Amino acid sequence: MIRSELIQKIAEENPHLYQRDVERIVNTIFEEIIAAMARGDRVELRGFGAFSVKKRDARTGRNPRTGESVDVSEKYVPFFKTGKLLRDRLNGK
Amino acid sequence: MAGNTLTRMDLTESVFREVGLSRNESADLVESVLQHMSDALVSGETVKISSFGTFSVREKAARVGRNPKTGEEVPILPRRVLTFRPSHLMKDRVADGNARRKG
Repeated sequence: MIRSELIQKIAEENPHLYQRDVERIVNTIFEEIIAAMARGDRVELRGFGAFSVKKRDARTGRNPRTGESVDVSEKYVPFFKTGKLLRDRLNGK
Repeated sequence: MAGNTLTRMDLTESVFREVGLSRNESADLVESVLQHMSDALVSGETVKISSFGTFSVREKAARVGRNPKTGEEVPILPRRVLTFRPSHLMKDRVADGNARRKG
Protein backbone atom coordinates (compact mmCIF):
# COMPACT_ATOMS: atom_id res chain seq x y z
CA MET A 1 0.00 0.00 0.00
CA ILE A 2 1.33 3.43 -0.89
CA ARG A 3 0.26 6.91 0.20
CA SER A 4 -2.06 7.43 -2.79
CA GLU A 5 -3.85 4.11 -2.17
CA LEU A 6 -4.37 5.04 1.46
CA ILE A 7 -5.84 8.39 0.38
CA GLN A 8 -8.03 6.58 -2.14
CA LYS A 9 -9.45 4.24 0.50
CA ILE A 10 -10.25 7.07 2.89
CA ALA A 11 -11.83 9.07 0.05
CA GLU A 12 -14.06 6.14 -0.93
CA GLU A 13 -15.30 5.82 2.66
CA ASN A 14 -15.99 9.53 2.88
CA PRO A 15 -17.81 10.48 -0.33
CA HIS A 16 -18.85 13.79 1.25
CA LEU A 17 -15.22 14.97 1.37
CA TYR A 18 -13.25 16.43 -1.52
CA GLN A 19 -10.34 14.27 -2.60
CA ARG A 20 -7.98 17.22 -2.05
CA ASP A 21 -9.20 17.54 1.56
CA VAL A 22 -8.56 13.84 2.16
CA GLU A 23 -5.06 14.39 0.79
CA ARG A 24 -4.52 17.29 3.18
CA ILE A 25 -5.80 15.23 6.12
CA VAL A 26 -3.54 12.27 5.41
CA ASN A 27 -0.54 14.51 4.72
CA THR A 28 -1.18 16.50 7.92
CA ILE A 29 -1.06 13.34 10.02
CA PHE A 30 2.32 12.22 8.65
CA GLU A 31 3.68 15.77 8.72
CA GLU A 32 2.71 16.22 12.39
CA ILE A 33 4.49 12.99 13.34
CA ILE A 34 7.72 14.11 11.65
CA ALA A 35 7.45 17.63 13.10
CA ALA A 36 6.98 16.20 16.60
CA MET A 37 10.06 14.00 16.32
CA ALA A 38 12.08 16.90 14.90
CA ARG A 39 11.25 18.75 18.16
CA GLY A 40 12.37 15.73 20.17
CA ASP A 41 8.79 14.72 21.06
CA ARG A 42 7.33 11.23 21.09
CA VAL A 43 4.15 10.22 19.27
CA GLU A 44 2.25 7.44 20.96
CA LEU A 45 -0.59 5.86 19.01
CA ARG A 46 -2.03 3.18 21.27
CA GLY A 47 -2.67 -0.08 19.51
CA PHE A 48 -0.62 0.97 16.49
CA GLY A 49 2.78 1.93 17.83
CA ALA A 50 5.00 4.73 19.08
CA PHE A 51 7.45 6.97 17.24
CA SER A 52 10.35 8.30 19.24
CA VAL A 53 13.83 9.73 18.83
CA LYS A 54 16.96 7.89 19.89
CA LYS A 55 20.37 9.37 20.43
CA ARG A 56 23.33 7.65 18.81
CA ASP A 57 26.55 8.53 20.63
CA ALA A 58 29.58 9.82 18.80
CA ARG A 59 31.89 7.01 17.74
CA THR A 60 34.96 6.31 15.70
CA GLY A 61 33.89 4.60 12.53
CA ARG A 62 35.96 3.07 9.82
CA ASN A 63 35.81 3.42 6.09
CA PRO A 64 35.19 -0.22 5.17
CA ARG A 65 37.05 0.16 1.89
CA THR A 66 40.22 1.84 3.09
CA GLY A 67 40.19 0.90 6.78
CA GLU A 68 40.76 4.55 7.58
CA SER A 69 39.15 5.71 10.85
CA VAL A 70 36.66 8.55 10.75
CA ASP A 71 34.97 10.44 13.58
CA VAL A 72 31.20 10.09 13.50
CA SER A 73 29.54 12.75 15.67
CA GLU A 74 26.50 12.04 17.86
CA LYS A 75 23.18 12.05 16.07
CA TYR A 76 19.45 11.61 16.59
CA VAL A 77 17.53 8.95 14.72
CA PRO A 78 13.80 8.14 14.38
CA PHE A 79 12.59 4.93 16.02
CA PHE A 80 9.28 3.03 15.84
CA LYS A 81 8.03 0.44 18.28
CA THR A 82 5.02 -1.62 17.26
CA GLY A 83 2.01 -1.45 19.57
CA LYS A 84 0.81 -4.53 21.42
CA LEU A 85 -2.52 -4.78 19.63
CA LEU A 86 -0.96 -4.60 16.17
CA ARG A 87 1.81 -7.03 17.16
CA ASP A 88 -0.84 -9.48 18.34
CA ARG A 89 -2.94 -9.00 15.22
CA LEU A 90 0.08 -9.72 13.02
CA ASN A 91 0.29 -13.06 14.78
CA GLY A 92 -3.37 -13.90 14.47
CA LYS A 93 -4.25 -13.25 18.12
CA MET B 1 14.33 11.75 25.46
CA ALA B 2 12.72 14.32 27.71
CA GLY B 3 10.17 15.74 25.29
CA ASN B 4 6.40 15.84 25.19
CA THR B 5 4.27 12.94 24.09
CA LEU B 6 1.72 13.47 21.36
CA THR B 7 -1.32 11.23 21.05
CA ARG B 8 -4.25 10.73 18.71
CA MET B 9 -5.77 13.83 20.31
CA ASP B 10 -2.93 16.03 19.04
CA LEU B 11 -3.15 14.58 15.53
CA THR B 12 -6.93 15.09 15.63
CA GLU B 13 -6.39 18.73 16.62
CA SER B 14 -4.02 19.26 13.66
CA VAL B 15 -6.50 17.71 11.24
CA PHE B 16 -9.28 19.82 12.77
CA ARG B 17 -7.26 23.01 12.22
CA GLU B 18 -6.21 22.03 8.69
CA VAL B 19 -9.64 21.20 7.26
CA GLY B 20 -13.07 22.54 8.19
CA LEU B 21 -14.39 19.38 9.86
CA SER B 22 -15.72 18.76 13.34
CA ARG B 23 -13.37 17.44 16.02
CA ASN B 24 -15.36 14.22 16.04
CA GLU B 25 -14.98 13.67 12.35
CA SER B 26 -11.30 14.62 12.51
CA ALA B 27 -10.80 11.97 15.21
CA ASP B 28 -12.58 9.36 13.07
CA LEU B 29 -10.32 10.17 10.12
CA VAL B 30 -7.15 9.82 12.18
CA GLU B 31 -8.42 6.45 13.41
CA SER B 32 -9.35 5.42 9.90
CA VAL B 33 -5.83 6.14 8.59
CA LEU B 34 -4.28 3.99 11.34
CA GLN B 35 -6.86 1.27 10.78
CA HIS B 36 -6.22 1.02 7.04
CA MET B 37 -2.47 0.90 7.59
CA SER B 38 -2.86 -1.81 10.25
CA ASP B 39 -5.20 -3.89 8.08
CA ALA B 40 -2.78 -3.77 5.13
CA LEU B 41 0.10 -4.86 7.38
CA VAL B 42 -1.91 -7.67 8.96
CA SER B 43 -2.72 -8.96 5.46
CA GLY B 44 1.05 -9.08 4.87
CA GLU B 45 1.30 -5.98 2.69
CA THR B 46 4.12 -3.45 2.92
CA VAL B 47 2.96 0.10 3.63
CA LYS B 48 5.11 2.64 1.87
CA ILE B 49 4.43 6.28 2.63
CA SER B 50 6.63 8.47 0.44
CA SER B 51 8.76 11.00 2.35
CA PHE B 52 7.66 9.38 5.64
CA GLY B 53 8.86 5.78 5.66
CA THR B 54 8.13 2.13 4.98
CA PHE B 55 6.45 -0.36 7.30
CA SER B 56 7.10 -3.97 6.43
CA VAL B 57 6.27 -7.32 7.94
CA ARG B 58 9.06 -9.83 8.46
CA GLU B 59 8.74 -13.51 9.26
CA LYS B 60 10.97 -14.62 12.12
CA ALA B 61 11.96 -18.25 12.42
CA ALA B 62 11.52 -20.28 15.60
CA ARG B 63 14.51 -20.31 17.96
CA VAL B 64 15.43 -21.32 21.45
CA GLY B 65 15.41 -18.38 23.82
CA ARG B 66 16.51 -18.12 27.41
CA ASN B 67 14.92 -16.51 30.40
CA PRO B 68 17.69 -14.08 31.32
CA LYS B 69 16.76 -14.23 34.99
CA THR B 70 16.57 -18.00 35.50
CA GLY B 71 18.70 -19.18 32.56
CA GLU B 72 15.86 -21.52 31.66
CA GLU B 73 15.48 -22.40 27.97
CA VAL B 74 12.18 -21.42 26.39
CA PRO B 75 11.08 -22.09 22.82
CA ILE B 76 10.30 -18.94 20.81
CA LEU B 77 7.70 -19.74 18.18
CA PRO B 78 7.92 -18.45 14.60
CA ARG B 79 6.28 -15.05 14.45
CA ARG B 80 5.68 -12.00 12.31
CA VAL B 81 7.25 -8.71 13.32
CA LEU B 82 6.79 -5.21 11.98
CA THR B 83 9.78 -3.10 11.01
CA PHE B 84 9.78 0.59 10.17
CA ARG B 85 12.36 2.13 7.91
CA PRO B 86 12.27 5.93 8.05
CA SER B 87 12.61 7.91 4.81
CA HIS B 88 15.68 10.06 4.19
CA LEU B 89 13.52 13.12 4.69
CA MET B 90 12.40 11.94 8.13
CA LYS B 91 15.95 11.00 9.15
CA ASP B 92 17.30 14.38 8.02
CA ARG B 93 14.57 16.39 9.76
CA VAL B 94 14.91 14.42 12.99
CA ALA B 95 18.71 14.68 12.94
CA ASP B 96 18.72 18.41 12.10
CA GLY B 97 15.89 19.37 14.44
CA ASN B 98 17.39 17.64 17.45
CA ALA B 99 20.98 18.74 16.76
CA ARG B 100 19.80 22.35 16.64
CA ARG B 101 17.66 21.95 19.75
CA LYS B 102 20.57 20.57 21.77
CA GLY B 103 22.88 23.24 20.36
